Amino acid sequence: MNILVAISRVPDTTTKIIVGSDGKTIDNNNVKFILNPYDEFALEEALRLKEKNGGNVTAISVGNDLNTETLRNALAMGADNAVLIRAEGEFDSYFVAKNIADYAAKSNPDIIFLGKQSIDFDSLQLPSYLAEFLNLPLVTIVTKIDINGNEVTAEREIEGGKEIVSTTLPCIFSAQKGLNNPRYPKLPDIMKAKKKPIEEIQAISIDNLIEIIKMEIPSRSRLNKIFGNTDEDIQNVVKLLHEEAKVI
Amino acid sequence: MNIIAYLDFNKNELKKVAFEVATLANQIKSQTNANIFAIGINVDTEKANELKDYGIEKLINIKSDLLDKYSSDAIANSLFQFAQSINPDLLIFPANSHGLELAPRIAAKFNAGYVSDVIDLIDDNGNLYFKKPVYAGKSIITTQIKSSVKVISIRPNVFTAKKNPTNSLDIQNFESNISINEVKAKVIDINKNIGKLDVKEADIIVSGGRGMKAAEHFNLIEELASVLGAATGASRAVVDDGWRPHSEQVGQTGKTVSPTLYIACGISGAIQHLAGMSTSKYIFAINKDKDAPIFKVADYGLVGDVFDILPKLTEEIKKIKG
Repeated sequence: MNILVAISRVPDTTTKIIVGSDGKTIDNNNVKFILNPYDEFALEEALRLKEKNGGNVTAISVGNDLNTETLRNALAMGADNAVLIRAEGEFDSYFVAKNIADYAAKSNPDIIFLGKQSIDFDSLQLPSYLAEFLNLPLVTIVTKIDINGNEVTAEREIEGGKEIVSTTLPCIFSAQKGLNNPRYPKLPDIMKAKKKPIEEIQAISIDNLIEIIKMEIPSRSRLNKIFGNTDEDIQNVVKLLHEEAKVI
Repeated sequence: MNIIAYLDFNKNELKKVAFEVATLANQIKSQTNANIFAIGINVDTEKANELKDYGIEKLINIKSDLLDKYSSDAIANSLFQFAQSINPDLLIFPANSHGLELAPRIAAKFNAGYVSDVIDLIDDNGNLYFKKPVYAGKSIITTQIKSSVKVISIRPNVFTAKKNPTNSLDIQNFESNISINEVKAKVIDINKNIGKLDVKEADIIVSGGRGMKAAEHFNLIEELASVLGAATGASRAVVDDGWRPHSEQVGQTGKTVSPTLYIACGISGAIQHLAGMSTSKYIFAINKDKDAPIFKVADYGLVGDVFDILPKLTEEIKKIKG
């Protein structure tokens, strides 16, 4: 079973976002970047399937030298191969999808795994793009996967419940939190990952379809009516919620 | 200008977000004289009449037995068949679990630019700009779609549905001619969390964090939520500890929510949590630490012990609810 896992490099969740001098992107100074948390679930599931069924796991990322660090995280977790599709500058999800689809069309993996979204642009669009470009079945936001031969039954999270989806391999999955508990790489594996080769491919150039005009930090003034914990305080807040905010 | 408004309206399942999509489409129509093509799948025509309250005059009812069970490939292919026949300029989807799968599929078919989770739309003399939260809401970008066909999905609970009654609804059937081979993945069963509201769809959310001290104390959260008809939410810490299911997690690696009222109980307000709920209309925090960051973003707050405050608060709210 050959599995391709598309991964991305994102600011750590504790990052305070500051808008950069161009007014369109974030200021990267002092930002710690990590492997996208949802990609960890995707990678972990890929590794478990490989451990059960044999085959190999290839991690792929679109970006520059900085992404090699992210790919090495994937190698340390247990990916067999790593591929960097080299691209500079700003690019949108359509660009990333076209490039990953181009690679996948040549390598024909049995499964393509992705995180359900990357926690920078939160678009949830890459899995659908890949399904369209590669004409493959897709199950997004999965919390459980059962594979029996070529038959697949997967659970996907929807508002207020789960959908049980039936499909066949080869297919594309996007991983939701809850699918598994990703392993922590061990120190020897981290050391070994530093020496593993990373295959490099030049990105095919595609015009961006989305242009970012500006980025801003939302500011919303709040009423800040803070009270203590007496019975009167509690009654006061309930009254304000009812009469001032009119929300209860 | 031709607008496709995908309502996520299947058979008799018509959700609130459908009226929000309709409202936004009408708002654009009033500014640009657009034609709106609202889309439903195998709809119950009786149920469809509810759309008249929200200004919908034309509903395209895409029909096929193959669409009875949700399948994103089958729906996307059918919708594309119809969409090509009217040369749409803008397609609007709800940013829910179905819309988020379908919208980028349609965008790919049209080679169109797509912006997800839109929270605001600006029309500058016919140039459309779309605002969307990024980094879970820590910042907001304004974007422009450069392709002639534009696809967006809109965040539920943001574009308030406005009543705008029309006299007649014209339902036009569109027979999809997809084949069984185009149904590559399909839903075979649905497990609903019975009696539980989802945080994404709720008007009020009552969330608990580490300050609740143990999983069993969440009964206090559930009681308050039940009195308010609210959904229950949770911080990442308590989900990671296994006290609550991850479907309740609010924040950067959970759900980003925009309820009318967000009640944070025993949640200090880590930056990744605040990102996920900062677009709530009103925020009410209960925490024993008066310096907790949650109070900086709160409209109302009570500084004190959640175990002392929550039962009394629930009682007071019961009095109002009669």
